[in-house]
Amino acid sequence: MERWILTVITFWPLVVLAGVLCIPGRLERFIKWFSIVGSLPPLALSVWLWMDYSGQAGMRYVMKAPWISAIGVDYHVGADGLSVPMFFLTALLTTLSLIYSLNITVRVKEYFALFLLLQTGMFGVFASLDYFLFYVFWEISLVPMYFLIGIWGGPRREYAAIKFFLYTLVGSVCMLLAILALYFATGAETFDMLRIAEQQPFAGRGVVQSLVFWALFLGFAIKVPVWPFHTWLPDAHVEAPTAGSVILAGVLLKMGCYGFLRILLPTLPEVSAQYSLWIGVLALISIVYGAFVAMAQMDFKKLIAYSSVNHMGYVMLGIAAASSLTAADLTDRATALNGAMLQMFSHGVITGALFLLVGVIYERAHTRDLREFGGLGAVMSRYSVALWASCFASLGLPGMSGFVAEFFVFRGAFPAYLLLTCLATIGLVVTAAYLLWTIQRVLLGPTNERWAKLPDMDAREVVSVLPLMILMVLFGVYPKPILDILNGFARQLAALFGAG
Amino acid sequence: MLELTPLIPALPLAGSALIACFGGRLPGQGSYPAIATLAAGWLIALGILGQTLAHGAHPPHWERSIVWAPTGDTVLRMGLALDGLGLAMLLVVTTVSLLVHIYSVGYMHGDPRYPRFFSFLQLFSASMLMLVLADNLLLLYISWELVGLSSYLLIGFWFQKPEAMRAAKKAFIVTRLGDIGLFLGLLTLFNAVGSVAFQDIFAAVDAQLATTTVSFALPLIGKVVWPLAAVAAILIFFGAMGKSAQFPLHVWLPDAMEGPTPVSALIHAATMVAAGVYLVARMYPVFHYTDHGSLALTFVAGVGAVTALMAATIGLVMNDIKRVLAYSTVSQLGYMMMGLGVGGYTAGMFHLFTHAFFKAGLFLGSGSVIHGTGTQDIREMGGLARRMPQTYWTFVLATAALAGIFPFAGFWSKDEILLDAWLNMRWVFYVGLAGGVLTAFYMGRLVIKTFLGEPRQPDIHAHESPAVMTTPLWILGFLSITAGLINTPWNPVFHHYVSFAQAEAPPFSLAIAAAGTAAAILGLAGALAVYRWELVSASTLRRMFRPLYVLFSNKWYVDEILYALLVKPLFSVCRAAFAFDRWIVDGLVNLVGWTGLVLSRIQGWLDRWVVDGLVNAVGYAVRGAGWLLTRLQTGLAQTNVLLAFAGLVALVWLLVYR
Amino acid sequence: MIPTWWPVALSALLFGIGLFGLLSRRNAIAILMCIELMLNAANINLVAFSRAVTPQMLTGQVFAIFVMAIAAAEAAVGLAIVIALYRNRERIVVDEVDLLRW
Repeated sequence: MERWILTVITFWPLVVLAGVLCIPGRLERFIKWFSIVGSLPPLALSVWLWMDYSGQAGMRYVMKAPWISAIGVDYHVGADGLSVPMFFLTALLTTLSLIYSLNITVRVKEYFALFLLLQTGMFGVFASLDYFLFYVFWEISLVPMYFLIGIWGGPRREYAAIKFFLYTLVGSVCMLLAILALYFATGAETFDMLRIAEQQPFAGRGVVQSLVFWALFLGFAIKVPVWPFHTWLPDAHVEAPTAGSVILAGVLLKMGCYGFLRILLPTLPEVSAQYSLWIGVLALISIVYGAFVAMAQMDFKKLIAYSSVNHMGYVMLGIAAASSLTAADLTDRATALNGAMLQMFSHGVITGALFLLVGVIYERAHTRDLREFGGLGAVMSRYSVALWASCFASLGLPGMSGFVAEFFVFRGAFPAYLLLTCLATIGLVVTAAYLLWTIQRVLLGPTNERWAKLPDMDAREVVSVLPLMILMVLFGVYPKPILDILNGFARQLAALFGAG
Repeated sequence: MLELTPLIPALPLAGSALIACFGGRLPGQGSYPAIATLAAGWLIALGILGQTLAHGAHPPHWERSIVWAPTGDTVLRMGLALDGLGLAMLLVVTTVSLLVHIYSVGYMHGDPRYPRFFSFLQLFSASMLMLVLADNLLLLYISWELVGLSSYLLIGFWFQKPEAMRAAKKAFIVTRLGDIGLFLGLLTLFNAVGSVAFQDIFAAVDAQLATTTVSFALPLIGKVVWPLAAVAAILIFFGAMGKSAQFPLHVWLPDAMEGPTPVSALIHAATMVAAGVYLVARMYPVFHYTDHGSLALTFVAGVGAVTALMAATIGLVMNDIKRVLAYSTVSQLGYMMMGLGVGGYTAGMFHLFTHAFFKAGLFLGSGSVIHGTGTQDIREMGGLARRMPQTYWTFVLATAALAGIFPFAGFWSKDEILLDAWLNMRWVFYVGLAGGVLTAFYMGRLVIKTFLGEPRQPDIHAHESPAVMTTPLWILGFLSITAGLINTPWNPVFHHYVSFAQAEAPPFSLAIAAAGTAAAILGLAGALAVYRWELVSASTLRRMFRPLYVLFSNKWYVDEILYALLVKPLFSVCRAAFAFDRWIVDGLVNLVGWTGLVLSRIQGWLDRWVVDGLVNAVGYAVRGAGWLLTRLQTGLAQTNVLLAFAGLVALVWLLVYR
Repeated sequence: MIPTWWPVALSALLFGIGLFGLLSRRNAIAILMCIELMLNAANINLVAFSRAVTPQMLTGQVFAIFVMAIAAAEAAVGLAIVIALYRNRERIVVDEVDLLRW
């Protein structure tokens, strides 16, 4: 059972996908419900994974079998404190996105099929412990998203889809080169992530090491995205269908951070420490700059997209702090990592909810221009509660999961990069400012007559948002359940960078 | 009884959730359960007080904590703790909150979002009580932000009024600006001590925080070397400045008066704004790392003094009844800060304690006036004493307490502050005295213009408020008289509970008390002279002190300065950042894409005409040859035969002759 | 006994006339007749050489008879084609029958 669980989770969506393909396209409702119900087993299994893993450390549920033995490729999967929450997040967001997508009317069969394929890709990325397998899943997850944006997207969908695809592909190619470099540096024997990380093939080889580092960095940084590689994000988000945005922000961005934590830091610790200040500076720019740019947005969805740049900056700051050259001790580093990982999770939950809420309002009003709204709080009461809660969670209100994450990141980064940390607090104020301003422009003020008849959120929308709201409050009030899982990994990785 | 402490914040929290979910279906549309939760909390607090009083007035010591977050090799714990300071705050918060809840039943009657109001009030009470009971700085910070949230929600309760929503946003953002300081202070202490628990921090003050120094450059001052404790204390004080509306972050509080009046009484007069003062008191060991005159405490005293004086001057010229009271609150908070800053730990907290009751009384009284008249402008009022006698008398009691008339509550607490100031920081004493005069003056003016004389606006048919509103007024009026008696020179009960070991309360001084009382009487007499007896008319005064009047009525231009220094640049930076993002960063990306396109065009051309051209040339050659040969295919059998014969001849020729 | 070159010369003459007719005539019947001429020129050769080279064996003569049979079959098929042609076009000019043209 333990050996098989990750394989089952990863490939289950493909089984459902096969089922969907067998259903005639005109039975749209059946296809939708079949997919939703089909996405529940991975969710249940990922919850079981969470419960089972809690309080442990190290790699578990490992399964290894030769795949292409001629070049040393294995089918090798496993999970640890870093990936277990990601499994849960992926499964949950997919199910909720599918529920939200019940209102899709064009090309239903393809839509749900692509979504299931996407889910397998995402699970696979988080499960793989083999570079080859990892790369395959990494690319698999790219394709369905391209189609989701390109077919079901907004008016500029082709531009956005192509930009998304090409930009990410540039990163992937760099990553592939780096992976090959690692492979050959270890004697062309294995693609095993863990073994390569143990061998540290580039230790002490300055220039090559840096090149490989920056190649991997580019691959992951584009996905995160780190300033200045972020411009595909607003376009892709604005044009993507609501559920696509949710997955994009909730899971795909996390794959970049995951790459940093799973591959870059453990495999190249020496050079990571050497360049961590640079990453820290980029993170700071992402935080502050993302907040400033978000403040200037008039498009609701674009504003949330830029807020993602801002929030992912905290993850990067935590990563930079954890690998810093300074005299931070193990607890500081582990705290920074915990913060970064918690931020990955909570950003997925919070921004997922925000994108769903933008979708809700866009489907009713057919506009996302913040200047046109106003006074919706009096019209849509359920909606206003949800938006209020999500915005406050996003601006890092204590008691919500975003705060715990940001606090840990700041706490971890404080001894390492004092100045960066202090400057990053500007982001906190500006974030509060633009989110409150958004709330004001959407919910408050005199009711605009145009929107006086808008219906409140219906059951479908409530069901897709409510679990996220529960999670953001739960882990904000009591983060121990998730930290029990994260901390083992954080300590393990922090130990690599030593206590000063 | 102590074991019931967690219930005090837990009950309102549960109440808040309950009312939010079931709202209108609960008894009294949610107001009765809300009142019940606070009544329970109040009874528990009283019970604890009774128990401790019975055991020789020793402050309680109680704490419980749970594992909150394991990180690295350490574990963060969250917990509640109760000591004398906490108990005093607990009594203030539960009492005022309970009274405000009751009052709101009348005041908010008929509001369409009545249950939501109580839900928010409950949320506020829960977070405020948690703030008071927190046993560590992190939980305090969390509750600190949560009270900020509830304040935001309640100021913007009537969110369809544009002023209200703007005021709410302003309140949240301005206080958050200060909270950044608190956040950094929290990080500094956490990093230095390795724990957020108060006892760990305090244990490390002498050994570590006071001896470690940091050097950094300050604008205008240059390079400085300060002990870590001072840095942390000043950072924390920034948070207190935001929450307690100290100059220059006080700008949000007067605007916050857009919220419903019970909210102003509870949050923006008695409890939340006093949280900054509580914070300084709670963190006093860090502020007080050496003896008097330490850097941080001087800063606190300075900011407090400036705030006290400035707000009082603005209070002189405001015409909105709630704004006068708001500036008065700002000024009194400055007083408390002054008290703490000059080393009067007990004095500052005692002033917080008394001020909560009489200022809540004043606000609820003003609410009653607004409820009765429908206006907030004191120029439209007048002669209300006859129409609203109960409101009038309670208002007068609270005013006397605020002005510091013997033996009302404010007298005792102000006197202690002045005494400490006289002993430790002489200039603060004079500021305090001047503030006393101004306070008495503007309160006198307020009472006279509102309640005395003839009605200036005949359209207003004022009526007394219902009993559910006047009863809290009477209770608060009673407390305005008696709250001071718990810390008289001959019976310092409060001092037993709230005191700081290294700062002993100085002995009572008749001269200081006389000076304070004289200042109050001077102010009141001035107000009577100008507004009642009209010895000098107000307009003459306005003309005489024209520049001052303009300065005061424009609130010292702090709003405008902050707008020009912070808000406008913020928007410009945002727009610039967006333009940069749009045209430079994304422009580069698009440039790369465009370059790719152009290159591929060239490639395409080459491919089409050169590479593919060669391929086509081969094709054309074959085709041409084929065309030539097709000429032979005439389709005529005779041609074929001829060719066959020619072939035969050629073959024969080859075979035979070659 | 006549010398062998006499019949061979006759045969060559006949073959040349037949070939010329085959290539130059436009009437299909005439062409068929020319083909007969050429076949018979071959027959003469066969008989002549058989007589001259292996007088005791009748191989050449037997071949000639075979050729005649084939010529008859050929004439039958050829005439059938000509008739079909005539039925279609009412003319039997071979120049016009160029269906195999490129």
